[in-house]
Amino acid sequence: MKITVADVEHVARLARLELTTAEKELFAGQMDAILGYVEKLKEVNTEGIVPTSHAVPMENAFREDIVRPSIGLEKALANAPERAGSFFAVPKVIE
Amino acid sequence: MNIFDMTIHELHTALEGKQVSSVEATTAMLERIESIEPRVGSFITVTPEPALAAARTADQRIAEGKCHLLTGIPLALKDIFLTEGIRTTCGSRILDNFIPPYSATSWEKLRDRGAVLLGKLNQDEFAMGSSNESSAYGTTRNPWDTTRIPGGSSGGSAAAVAARQAVATLGTDTGGSIRQPASHCGCVGLKPTYGRVSRYGVIAYASSLDQVGPLTRDVADCAVMLEAVAGHDPKDSTSVDTPVPNYSATLKQGVKGLKIGLPKEYFIDGLDPEVQKAMEAAIETYRRLGAEFVDISLPNTDYAVATYYLIATAEASSNLARYEGVRFGHRSEKAEGLIDMMTRSRSEGFGDEVKRRIMLGTYALSSGYYDAYYVKAQKVRTLIMNDFIKAFADVDVMLTPVAPTPAFKIGEKVGDPLQMYLSDIFTIPVNLAGTCAMSLPAGFSASGLPIGLQLIGKPFDEETILRAGYAFEQATEWHTRKATI
Repeated sequence: MKITVADVEHVARLARLELTTAEKELFAGQMDAILGYVEKLKEVNTEGIVPTSHAVPMENAFREDIVRPSIGLEKALANAPERAGSFFAVPKVIE
Repeated sequence: MNIFDMTIHELHTALEGKQVSSVEATTAMLERIESIEPRVGSFITVTPEPALAAARTADQRIAEGKCHLLTGIPLALKDIFLTEGIRTTCGSRILDNFIPPYSATSWEKLRDRGAVLLGKLNQDEFAMGSSNESSAYGTTRNPWDTTRIPGGSSGGSAAAVAARQAVATLGTDTGGSIRQPASHCGCVGLKPTYGRVSRYGVIAYASSLDQVGPLTRDVADCAVMLEAVAGHDPKDSTSVDTPVPNYSATLKQGVKGLKIGLPKEYFIDGLDPEVQKAMEAAIETYRRLGAEFVDISLPNTDYAVATYYLIATAEASSNLARYEGVRFGHRSEKAEGLIDMMTRSRSEGFGDEVKRRIMLGTYALSSGYYDAYYVKAQKVRTLIMNDFIKAFADVDVMLTPVAPTPAFKIGEKVGDPLQMYLSDIFTIPVNLAGTCAMSLPAGFSASGLPIGLQLIGKPFDEETILRAGYAFEQATEWHTRKATI
């Protein structure tokens, strides 16, 4: 296993992170060590084993579909870095 | 006796007997916080005015005879719990100015019982860490030795209890984040069964593993706190609708005939000799109290850390996608266009450990690696769960160390994330299995650092670990020692 700076750049792009050259080199080494360590899972025979995504066996949780008050516009927008009327404002998407 | 040294039970008795008011108790705690906070750093935000207002309301309730065990008790919360109108950072710069529009269910339950909120506690950023060193608000120091880490990620929650800056606190535990700091700070910390306590309003790290729990001075207080926060919440579809027992009522039933399992994989060669000694002494105490010991095996223990760091980081990479600078949190001012704005906001707002885990999780979920890493880890998780199910057929609880060593030095493991991850080796399997476990004081190292004992229970059987913990506490004096700070 060898995680390269190019691998780090690819994953950073997927994760919407921008890294400095120093960070890329640091993370490449650290990710390589960590992913090297998790390689040990390959020793485990998991043939026919069902994956677990949730520890407590549970069916879908249903409730009555009743209209309830929500937190409202002002509260929902209170933390917006920028707002325009009743909307969250973002930089222009379409040129 | 100093007010700030009191347990929930002691303070409750004093409040009910009108020897002290909640305003007096809250004032005493706030003064205590102010005087020692420069040395400990447990808090990110202290909220004196709302605390005193809540204390006045509590005093009124007490005067009217409507006093719950928690009425008027000054508590504090890890800064991962949303508190309406009170800044909640989750230890991250990206949420530096975030004022939640609603509150976590667990906090609402405490508040409705009349508890007083002193403030919000320091933690590793987004609960990712074992030392509190990844907090954007400075490292919390261990009250027993301020050159050492308090543990993490609920390091502030444990340090505040140990330094008597709050009577009790709430934390969260994804891979040991309540139990490990409780162990390092010499307090009691309980991670309930997954689904026992609502996660609504708790900032998500790894949703299939995160669970809310109390940190307290003793086991009796832990039972009171768990009773208050446990139970089904329609706002959290993963909270389980089973009745909440009266934990306090069964505390004193003793451990005669209790079958305690000793998983051989937890008593390994690398274990610190002083931790080993404390475990042996604890086993002897339980034998004297009439418990029986059974040697058991959890054969897949060695794979737990690897499994955890794939599952937890994968879930984190997805959960933390919400921090994009659009609806709340930090927005970069240098951005050109939408995607650049999101990328820059995240890169400026997140610290190194969070970035590292997002990167690992993204990698494990990315095309070509999903089956080899993520699905493989989920399959090994099944085997780890099966280990617990099989072992619990023969025993009522398990006894293990919480951490392989007492608290390490600040800075000791910062440069080597893998070594940091491996310090959670004894706590992580419990989260993967989804069951409950508690850390309680079981001794001290020669240099005066607390050593914790872990009791692991069957799913939804917090009652038995609390009862076993209480019996141990009655037979020992470790929990009565106080950090001199």
